[in-house]
Amino acid sequence: MEGLAANADLIVRGFWETLKLLAASGALALVLGTLVGIARVSPIGIMRSSAALWVTVFRNVPLLILLFFTYYALPPIGIDFGFFVMVTMAMGLYTSAFVAEAIRSGINGVGVGQAEAARSIGMPFSLTMSQVVLPQAFRLVVPPMASVFIALTKNTSLAAGFGIAEATFRLSGSLRDFPGDRVVLFLGIAVGYIIIVETISLGASLLERRWKVA
Amino acid sequence: MSAVLFDVPGPKARRRYRTIAVVWVVVLVAMAAAAIWKLYTEDQFTARQWEPFVTPRLMLELLQALGWTLLAAVLAIIPAVFFGLLFGVGKLSDHAAVRWPSWLVVEFFRAVPLLMLIIFIWSTRGFQQGDFVALVLGLVLYNGSVLAEIVRAGVNAVPKGQAEAAYAVGLRKTQVMSIIQLPQAVKIMLPSLLSQCIVALKDTSLGFYVLAPGLTYAGRELWRTFNNYLAVAIVLGVIYIILNLMLTWLASYLDRRFNTSGGSQVEIVAGQVQAKA
Repeated sequence: MEGLAANADLIVRGFWETLKLLAASGALALVLGTLVGIARVSPIGIMRSSAALWVTVFRNVPLLILLFFTYYALPPIGIDFGFFVMVTMAMGLYTSAFVAEAIRSGINGVGVGQAEAARSIGMPFSLTMSQVVLPQAFRLVVPPMASVFIALTKNTSLAAGFGIAEATFRLSGSLRDFPGDRVVLFLGIAVGYIIIVETISLGASLLERRWKVA
Repeated sequence: MSAVLFDVPGPKARRRYRTIAVVWVVVLVAMAAAAIWKLYTEDQFTARQWEPFVTPRLMLELLQALGWTLLAAVLAIIPAVFFGLLFGVGKLSDHAAVRWPSWLVVEFFRAVPLLMLIIFIWSTRGFQQGDFVALVLGLVLYNGSVLAEIVRAGVNAVPKGQAEAAYAVGLRKTQVMSIIQLPQAVKIMLPSLLSQCIVALKDTSLGFYVLAPGLTYAGRELWRTFNNYLAVAIVLGVIYIILNLMLTWLASYLDRRFNTSGGSQVEIVAGQVQAKA
């Protein structure tokens, strides 16, 4: 128990880092992923296939390899914005592929008649998407998007090996310092992660209820 | 589906699309060229960087590492399937005393980051160098919990009439589950099971943190000797992409083979199970 008490301060600061990482890479992934998701349904073939390539690459590469890339491989050739940005970049790129897939499945879930109606009153692709399809797609996208963000929360733990003192890094440090309190430390930090995960799924179900159409 | 979102282009729109496509390609090619030029000027294409991957001795080592990675994935998935069956059926049990502990175990291991789990198991084994067992155990617990959810979703996706008919002809609960519901659920679950295999295969990379033998650890050894971070990252990435694409093809083949009517009802997005939209 004392291990948890002695490390409480460090652990809370660790979770603050985790949340910062989650927010930064989540925002990056949302922006990139939405763009890629739209490109995947665009009328221009080469745009569709390059977006598909993006998704294939970033979905099939382990996040750790992307971290190798941004953290170890880029700085020596002069591309370096500090630990935090480089780690955020890897996590944002990785997650953007999952966001794109969620957006695409949302777009496909919007009734065919909606897009047809938009087109029949003369809307081009840009208006059909921005005024009719995407607003409805975002609603459908909430549950899969929540899953993506829950996965991202857990994936931020990988930053532990890359110069960021987030929660899992704190766990690994305190396990060495207080080997007798292993289980308590593990459960304590697990509870922290569970709180974040539950907050995300609670927020998702609130959003889902609020955006629900009768 | 995408054809619904826009009209069939006329001559003017076709011209516009062609212009955009050309600009797009030019931009992509320019970006690729800039990246290659940058790498070239930073001496990333020298023989020294790439030689290790054609040196027979090191290639053999990399192949061995690939073997360890595949072994970790197989050793993780097979027990995870049994774990998933046990706890997935447990979550569906009529007895609260079975249902609640199963729920707790599954939810806990699903919510906790895999890396944290692996590091914890590693610590209970005294932080020994190259702890392959910690990696595999962590993978089993995590993937087993996700598979438990897949099993539960799969059993629930079997039409209710099947179980009702089985009860009507006098089968007992265990028989209904084991000879009526589970066999049909397996068919529904198969694509999700294979997607989870991909997740497990990607997660074997986490062996890096506990210095367990595998591709990522071998990569570390390589760049420590040759200082060729970029080359190692690219080669490892390509290996993982090829392995995962092979699994993806297998998954869609099995989906076509076994689910001729409308595909599967459950799918995985980012490691979470959900009903297919």
